[in-house]
Amino acid sequence: MTDQAYNFAYLDEQTKRMIRRAILKGIAVPGYQVPFASREMPMPYGWGTGGVQVTAACLVPEDRLKVIDQGADDTTNAVSIRRFFQRTAGVATTEATAEATVIQTRHRIPETPLKAGQILVYQVPIPEPLRFLEPRETETRKMHELEEYGLMHVKLYEDIARHGQIATSYAYPVKVEGRYVMDPSPIPKFDNPKLGNSPAIQLFGAGREQRIYALPPFTEVVSLDFDDHPFTASKAPHDCDLCGATDSYLDEVITDDTGGRMFVCSDTDFCAGRRAKGHRGRLSGEGVAPSPHPSPTRREGCARHESVAQGAGTEGAA
Amino acid sequence: MTLMERMTMTDQPLLRVEGLTKRYGQRIGCADVSFDLYPGEVLGIVGESGSGKSTLLSCLAGHQRPDLGRIAYDGRDVLEMSETERRRLSRTDWAYVHQNPRDGLRMGVSAGGNVGERLMAVGARHYGEIRGKAADWLGRVEIAADRIDDRPSAFSGGMQQRLQIARNLVTGPRLVFMDEPTGGLDVSVQARLLDLLRGLVRDLGLSVIIVTHDLAVVRLLAHRLMVMKSGRVVEQGLTDQVLDDPQHAYTQLLVSSVLQV
Repeated sequence: MTDQAYNFAYLDEQTKRMIRRAILKGIAVPGYQVPFASREMPMPYGWGTGGVQVTAACLVPEDRLKVIDQGADDTTNAVSIRRFFQRTAGVATTEATAEATVIQTRHRIPETPLKAGQILVYQVPIPEPLRFLEPRETETRKMHELEEYGLMHVKLYEDIARHGQIATSYAYPVKVEGRYVMDPSPIPKFDNPKLGNSPAIQLFGAGREQRIYALPPFTEVVSLDFDDHPFTASKAPHDCDLCGATDSYLDEVITDDTGGRMFVCSDTDFCAGRRAKGHRGRLSGEGVAPSPHPSPTRREGCARHESVAQGAGTEGAA
Repeated sequence: MTLMERMTMTDQPLLRVEGLTKRYGQRIGCADVSFDLYPGEVLGIVGESGSGKSTLLSCLAGHQRPDLGRIAYDGRDVLEMSETERRRLSRTDWAYVHQNPRDGLRMGVSAGGNVGERLMAVGARHYGEIRGKAADWLGRVEIAADRIDDRPSAFSGGMQQRLQIARNLVTGPRLVFMDEPTGGLDVSVQARLLDLLRGLVRDLGLSVIIVTHDLAVVRLLAHRLMVMKSGRVVEQGLTDQVLDDPQHAYTQLLVSSVLQV
């Protein structure tokens, strides 16, 4: 149902061309933040304007688009962006990771391994990993240019000194191909190992900050750490209460006001897929048919938990 | 033979400056400054406010680019170096102690992190070793070991200045630039800091260029003295010689202006 008042995928062709040039440059220099002339989009900053522009520049009519927000296909951000492209580009959409050709994501990498031919587009709030350590943009650019990344380790040092371990749990800095230090957007550090050596193309768009960067397929991505405090991809020490998965990233859901809680996969497509195959978790009764979509209560509790855990809320996405 | 004596015996200057000139438009920052600094030597630069001593120091330390002249460090032309090389030099072989410790410290980072930053900048990646070295250096500048995780904002002015010194010396630099290191401290704290500096300079065999307007500081620390006025060097020589027998009219004025208690 393309709305003919708009060009395909909303942006005009010259804008898409400009964004594609930035993407190509980003792919040629993995991890380098390429400035681009970010446009005003019909949504507020913080709702994925960067990711939407990158997706718009990548889409072709044959594409099948999946949009996820914190792992879920059915939250506000995901639903509104998916409908935006349904309306302006008329592309097919899906919730299944394996069927999608372009996946726009906020704060998660799908559990299902990506494959060649897929493009994963991240929404990035603050592309500069050094931003909170060095406020001057001129200086951070110089630090990237001269590979002066000692400061990044000062942050990790402070973590260990204060908390006894590297307490950074999301937006965990990585080094790309031994050169650029990159902010992987606020994905949990559980997802960091999936950044490296992926067969898919990974593109990062920051709309407000006007930066695009990229990881071409099979790029070496190393999470920064200390020799005596190595990087660990952490998750809640539980199994999914709905599908019983032991190796997926979990959301903690508060179920009542007397301390009741459950842990469920943050990736809804992954969780639903497992339940459809007959996997059962602690709280999904044997006789109960698995619902294809999680109940509204679940998402509500989930969002509440995440804003508490990250202290970030919606300001996390751009 | 002490380390310092051994090092002063080398006849190659560590830093050789020739005809250094920096202008701010029509005004002179500093003009035609030349000197040699030998390993283990402490050079004092004195002069009134606006005499060009800070301009000279920032040109030497690479913070500003001089208009004319040559600076050779250890036989290499500093001004011809690439920026990468110069910045590497300034976090390994060189150190810069600011007058205001807030300029030289990261106020939001703990004392240990401040000292460890230079180590991490040159590739240290072992937390335990970095912390051990930081603790060792805090001890050397007389900061209690249990303050290692406190932020500098919780420190007194004197402690901040000592922390800044520890942070600068942790990578074992050979050349230290100091811009009024005792400015803004009260006299008893000044005395302790000077004592500490003198000990460190002697033990580590540092070469130091120290800019100050306080003649007592150079009397205590500096081997040689340069007196600047209006951007030019008007007199230089051994510290005691210049202070006890000043030749230039301005130096005479400077020496006689010191209040006697």
